[in-house]
Amino acid sequence: MIITRPRDWERIEDNLASIGARSVFIMGCGQCATVAHTGGETEVAEVAARLEALGLEVTGWTVGEVTCHLGGTKLESRKHGGDIEAADAVLVLACGAGVQTVADSVTKPVFPGLESLFLGNVIRNGIFEERCLMCGECVLDKTAGICPVTTCPKGLLNGPCGGMWEGMCEVLTDRECTHVRIRRRLTEQHRAGKGTLAPKDFSKTLKPGGVNIRGHGDSR
Amino acid sequence: MSRLRDMLSAGEFVVTGEVAPPKGADVTAMRAAVELLAPHCHALNVTDNQGASLHLASLAASRIVLDMGIEPIFQQTCRDRNRLALQSDLLAAWSLGLENVLVVTGDDPRAGDHPNAKGVFDLDSTQLAEIARGMNEGHDMMDRPLAGATDFFIGAAMFPEAEPWDVQLARAEQKIEAGVRFFQTQAIFDMTRLKRAVEALRPHGAKVIAGVLVLKSPRVIDFINERLAGLMVPDAIADRIRSADDPAEEAIVLATEQVREIRTIADGVHIMPLGLDAAVGRILGNSS
Repeated sequence: MIITRPRDWERIEDNLASIGARSVFIMGCGQCATVAHTGGETEVAEVAARLEALGLEVTGWTVGEVTCHLGGTKLESRKHGGDIEAADAVLVLACGAGVQTVADSVTKPVFPGLESLFLGNVIRNGIFEERCLMCGECVLDKTAGICPVTTCPKGLLNGPCGGMWEGMCEVLTDRECTHVRIRRRLTEQHRAGKGTLAPKDFSKTLKPGGVNIRGHGDSR
Repeated sequence: MSRLRDMLSAGEFVVTGEVAPPKGADVTAMRAAVELLAPHCHALNVTDNQGASLHLASLAASRIVLDMGIEPIFQQTCRDRNRLALQSDLLAAWSLGLENVLVVTGDDPRAGDHPNAKGVFDLDSTQLAEIARGMNEGHDMMDRPLAGATDFFIGAAMFPEAEPWDVQLARAEQKIEAGVRFFQTQAIFDMTRLKRAVEALRPHGAKVIAGVLVLKSPRVIDFINERLAGLMVPDAIADRIRSADDPAEEAIVLATEQVREIRTIADGVHIMPLGLDAAVGRILGNSS
């Protein structure tokens, strides 16, 4: 899931002030931002209270099922069309994908209420870790299911770097070195060393990404 | 022809030192350091934005060292440049007469004076070594021919004291396979571990130049233990310097003992005087 954190409140205030907004409609997200406790119903209510405390009118709010889904968000926007129409701005508590989907679904100015951080694993409720960078060229087959591109702070395919000490990472000193972990797990599974991995092919993730599996048009 | 390569192939014991390019355009202090070290060294490493902090480029500084009549070892880290820039700088280095290159990963930007920088790490040091070898064979990393090949003597870093050893050894072997012909090690404190490394790597045809730090003061020891990644001064050695009446003098005696022992184990010594540059001649002279 996409991990987000609340955007600095001053920036939100500045954004709204920049268009002289007096009234706001708030949209959360029922998927990632709900699990991340940044854009579910609880957080939307908190933000609404905060805006009201500033003297702004909250014309309404909703937590759509999947805010990055264009069809669903358009439907959600139509459902709340009156409240959105009555607002000067829409504040979105979702990832950047969700914010853009809302911006494509309404005519009012849309502002982000969160910062998007990474694709995260849910380790426990409220504890998220980045394990996949979505590089388009998975090496987990060779690295015993541990991604060096993501979990080595330098993203080295071939490591460890010179800073590894007693098996620990140079940068995140309380963590075991990714490359030491990979080697141990390969050994435990009686697999050969991973060998030297070739430089990554960054053309696999040229921006902006796009996929079309409907049999017409191109995938990038 | 790289004199460093010639000497190492001939089985001669080599001495390398290190100079740091300045933070700024004034190279007076660097030149002074070169003048102090050059009479005692066969080649001088020129660091590349050491400590992930801004310094004059290793490429230009290496050329200054060469012009002063001593062979530089041009250091190239993977932190600040992508594959196009790294290859382009390798070609530039060769065109400037720099024949030795030491490829290293580089410290993370978070450790340096530009902590907001993007760490590039488009390549790692093994991949970069392989690319340098490819350039020696006359092609770029895309296997396309170069108008004029290089003939670099390719080196890399290694850390005989960092455990787990099997991981270190596998890594060094990988680098050799990529084209690395000499290693310069992190500072050595435990000679049995240096021996273990030399014995493992020599059969592959790689030369090992062992690092020696001149631990001139208790403050330097604290700095190393707290700030330098992948390095710890053992208690016995730290206590020896801390309890000495004259720590700098004791550090010189200690370094002399270490160099003497390294002469019997490794192919060379890489001396890091940490400011005691003027003592390098004494350390080397008294160790032979």
